[in-house]
Amino acid sequence: MQPIISVKQLNKTYNNSFVALENIDLDITQGEIFALLGPNGAGKTTLINIICGIVNPTSGTILANGHDIITEYRKARSNIGLVPQELSTDTFETVIASVNFSRGLFGKAQNPELVEKILRQLSLWDKRDSRIMTLSGGMKRRVMIAKALSHEPNILFLDEPTAGVDVELRQGMWEMVRELRKNGVTIILTTHYIEEAEDMADRIGIISKGKIILVDNKNTLMKKLGKKQLKLHLQSPLTSLPEELNDYNLEITNEGIELIYTFDTQSEQTGIALLLKKLNEQGIDFKDLQSSESSLEEIFVSLVRN
Amino acid sequence: MNVYAIIAIFKFEMSRTRRTLMQSIASPVISTTLYFIVFGAAIGSRMGQIEGVSYGAFIIPGLIMLSILNESISNAAFGIYLPRFMGTVYELFSAPISYIEIIIGYVGAAATKSLLLGILILITARFFVDYEILHPMWMFCFLFLTAITFSLLGFLIGIWADGFEKLQVVPMMIITPLTFLGGSFYTIDMLPPLWQKITLLNPVVYLISGFRWSFYGISDVQVGISLGMIMLFLIICLTLVWWIFKTGYRIKS
Repeated sequence: MQPIISVKQLNKTYNNSFVALENIDLDITQGEIFALLGPNGAGKTTLINIICGIVNPTSGTILANGHDIITEYRKARSNIGLVPQELSTDTFETVIASVNFSRGLFGKAQNPELVEKILRQLSLWDKRDSRIMTLSGGMKRRVMIAKALSHEPNILFLDEPTAGVDVELRQGMWEMVRELRKNGVTIILTTHYIEEAEDMADRIGIISKGKIILVDNKNTLMKKLGKKQLKLHLQSPLTSLPEELNDYNLEITNEGIELIYTFDTQSEQTGIALLLKKLNEQGIDFKDLQSSESSLEEIFVSLVRN
Repeated sequence: MNVYAIIAIFKFEMSRTRRTLMQSIASPVISTTLYFIVFGAAIGSRMGQIEGVSYGAFIIPGLIMLSILNESISNAAFGIYLPRFMGTVYELFSAPISYIEIIIGYVGAAATKSLLLGILILITARFFVDYEILHPMWMFCFLFLTAITFSLLGFLIGIWADGFEKLQVVPMMIITPLTFLGGSFYTIDMLPPLWQKITLLNPVVYLISGFRWSFYGISDVQVGISLGMIMLFLIICLTLVWWIFKTGYRIKS
């Protein structure tokens, strides 16, 4: 299937010679939720802004739904809705006027029923005639989402959509994202809450210093790069490890009463049974044991650090 | 052509006018009324006619120009500067619209406001002085071209400005003095000979002269030259706008 967004050899160097993006190649599949993760200043927003037409690329090509974003910008942009990271709203306008304005900008005739539906979904209907300046930060964020959805895009960019939004609303927002996906909308999001990406995304791309360092299916990524740990609580403290256990990736912590065994989730044999047998042979007794798996956050941090 | 987008921008801008009715319509009407009271009624009654036109009537075209020039510039400048300042301009550049459509929306709205204002001042003037309009079609033509040209200039200022102060600088420091010295209140031949020459460097002289001709058939410079000058400004502004959008100056990094 043809990707809904195809980025080829994209480069961006700002006027002050800062290289923001370097040789980016990225394909987004139709109907997926794609999470773009990366530390601050990695180039996430620059990439999104280029695809949406706000920043000019230095070189490279981008197709949105098969249309070149520069030569066929009208067709390309009609497909795209953008919720930028910065909280920028038409402060003096009412909610409904601002949403209708967005729909008009994208070349669509007014559609009061649709706008009502969107505003209700985002719990903004009661505030439709309020000026945006009177709304809270979370509401303003939702107004921006309503504006982006007003023209029925089939690709939606959410740049940090949950920043400054409280937990309850955040969940409602993700509920809506899932709903949109069900209706065939492709969603590309960035977030600082990596557990959200872990929860929501089908695929994950990690960008660091202007380069895409990894793009993978979330489950594959977790399996490939995730680590498992087995923690043993010992009966009596241990000062050093017996030589027989040197082959194992073991670590003594918590003043000798904890033994941590780290192993790859990918390896066929975890070696746990053998390890426990050897510990028994060495007379190291334990009273409890627990195993844990690394989160996407830990994977992300270790990737970006390297 | 994305007609819906042009309508959306136009409506958005016109609703801004309704919101700021006092500032954008009432205040220029009030200040013009003051001019009529002071120069037209009080002082004008003691002054002789100028080329057969009473002084109160003589200053009408100049006063309208004064308002039109300032309001066209500040309305268009604010219209595009505000979204830049508030960050909402992202939406304009991510929408499927061409630069021409953006300009038609913003400049069209600013020029429409100016035309309305011009007509409003004309009606207000009727309460103070009698006047006639010899060439109504030409009057409208001058008004229209001036409103468009200076709204374009305002649009350029709105893109160039990086602070609210700069928005005010051009109308206050340049346009107002040029209008006052451009023959709003006098004919050029009332000036000393040297100043008669110097004043011809002032572009506003040609606007007011042509506009006044459409009212009373009297002018400082030939009407054809006035019309040519307006067209020239229009072309200069269009070229600058074209260059800005081509290079992305202050718009896109």
